[in-house]
Amino acid sequence: MNSTLEKTTDISGLIAKYKDLPGGLLPLLHAIQTEIGYLPDSAVPTIATGLNLSRAEVHGVISFYHDFKTHPVGRNTVQICRAEACQAMGSRRLEAHAKQALGINYGETTADGNISLEPVYCLGNCACSPSIRINDDIYARVDTERFDDLMSGLLIEEGASK
Amino acid sequence: MTFYIPQDTTALALGADSVASALQAAGIEPVRNGSRGMFWLEPLLEVATDTGRIGFGPVTANDIPGILDALEADASSHDLYLGPVEEIEYLAKQQRLTFARAGQGDPLCLDNYQALNGFKGLSKALGMSGQQIVDQVKDSGLRGRGGAAFPAGIKWQTVLDTLGEQKYIVCNADEGDSGTFADRVLMEADPYQLIEGMVIAGLAVGATQGYIYLRSEYPVAHRLLNIAIERAVAANFLGDNIQGSGKTFHLEVRLGAGAYICGEETALLESLEGKRGMVRAKPPLPAIEGLFGKPTVVNNVLTLAAISSILEQGAAAYQNFGLGRSRGTLAIQLAGNIKRGGLIELAFGVTLREVVEDYGQGTHSGRPIRAIQVGGPLGAFMPESQWDTPMDYEAFAAIKAMIGHGGIVVFDDTADMAAQARFAMEFCVVESCGKCTPCRIGSVRGVEVIDRIVANENRDNNLILLHDLCDTMEFGSLCAMGGMTPYPVRSAIKYFPEDFLLKDAGQGYK
Repeated sequence: MNSTLEKTTDISGLIAKYKDLPGGLLPLLHAIQTEIGYLPDSAVPTIATGLNLSRAEVHGVISFYHDFKTHPVGRNTVQICRAEACQAMGSRRLEAHAKQALGINYGETTADGNISLEPVYCLGNCACSPSIRINDDIYARVDTERFDDLMSGLLIEEGASK
Repeated sequence: MTFYIPQDTTALALGADSVASALQAAGIEPVRNGSRGMFWLEPLLEVATDTGRIGFGPVTANDIPGILDALEADASSHDLYLGPVEEIEYLAKQQRLTFARAGQGDPLCLDNYQALNGFKGLSKALGMSGQQIVDQVKDSGLRGRGGAAFPAGIKWQTVLDTLGEQKYIVCNADEGDSGTFADRVLMEADPYQLIEGMVIAGLAVGATQGYIYLRSEYPVAHRLLNIAIERAVAANFLGDNIQGSGKTFHLEVRLGAGAYICGEETALLESLEGKRGMVRAKPPLPAIEGLFGKPTVVNNVLTLAAISSILEQGAAAYQNFGLGRSRGTLAIQLAGNIKRGGLIELAFGVTLREVVEDYGQGTHSGRPIRAIQVGGPLGAFMPESQWDTPMDYEAFAAIKAMIGHGGIVVFDDTADMAAQARFAMEFCVVESCGKCTPCRIGSVRGVEVIDRIVANENRDNNLILLHDLCDTMEFGSLCAMGGMTPYPVRSAIKYFPEDFLLKDAGQGYK
């Protein structure tokens, strides 16, 4: 947690970079989230002052978009596509399996902090459904077995990095 | 021999990188091309041989040694051999204008783009007045490909005629409809075409700044677009004094943050301004007061991409394709439960049945098709009696369906249409911007009423109530989100009423 707190004080550099960019709030929020992993409440006043906005405006933007997180998330984010093309290929079964296998619901993180599970509405990979996204990689034709393989892959990576 | 293996999202999602690694292990550096859009064949390995470009697919890394052996002897003896790629019926039968270059080479290679007629439209445009360019677009009959199908030339004329120190070109690349991926394929396989179209749009209306508003669900497109822009700037196709013309156009990619509503043009503009993606009331039209209150062209990726070929080949060539008031080609995206899903570019007028049966070859599951949803989550579910409808904007509108962005999602006979109707309302709950009551509250009530109908709670009266609610949403919402969510709901009730009857607990529903 210490490193997170230190990083929150670092955002002045990012604010300086984006404050004069027209419509710069979204790019700034993306940049802070990339840096820290989420958008801590404590950053809101700093962002508001830096961009000459009210805190309510900044909070309003953060809360509007699904991508922006106000709490720490897992080291890996797994998104399951819930949109129609994937439903037509069994994604409802896949999401039920995923929740059960990981023991968490959408919006939650596994107890070891490894995986956060989220819904997503279309990854644009609709001809080879069902699709999931793990961090920045997209996987096609994911059935329950393949899902389990991919998740154990994340556990192995986790072990290797320790 | 040159080897090609795509770097497109779908190909990557099916293991294209491991195929590339296997080639590298064999001492071959493959070209990472875009996808041809024949997704059921991905990863599609192409090999340029003395006798033309042949394909193998779908390949895995394990297939590489065998394919290399076969290439030494008789390529056609390999099980995955597909013959000359451009003669594969699925591709050969298409009429590719916008996607003519897709998959042919490295999408980031400027020389390759120019060798395949790239930037020819731009060089013509640089010698024309704004009005001349707008006239070409009008004459082509091009209508917006995002879904609303508004004539592009008329929108451009409005921006051209509106006085303003600063004008903007905004590309709507927030392709959120399920079953659609044409924008993504274009951006990943041929990004310079979009850049060229946007520069031409800037020249036409007098805009010097453009933005591509890209959804965050497309990380591959994001990376490729940024590199393409960087290279286009370096080669002076973007920036100041483009190709010595004295004309300026700057372009930037802005990432969305996971909000379907930002595909609606006014919500998109709010988001670009750094705000919540709340829909604006129209008027004023974005063409008059758009981004930062300035005159703005907002067009879909495919609309802007089509501009370069219209300028290059002339308005008449484009206008020759299609029927009625739907001119040019439509990028059909075949998805869902389908054997051969992919991108199919055809002149308007092909029937839905031809697409799903001839191209798609039926369902992936092998079961009968039950329903087809065209045009994304706000499109109607079409029963078999409607599959002979020709794909043109007016013919679809006449049966309360819509072509939208051209996505087709196929469902087999295991689909539960009450569950799909409920999902349509649920999606609207999740994605409504919240500005207008019919959409924000109506969708929540819609989910509840459908639950009651399926649970046989006062069914007949609740069905009447649901229709009434749909009327309120359709006629009282500010934009298509609330206004069209009733389309899938009503069509599901009308054409698949049996699914709304009582079911045993745990059977099918939810």
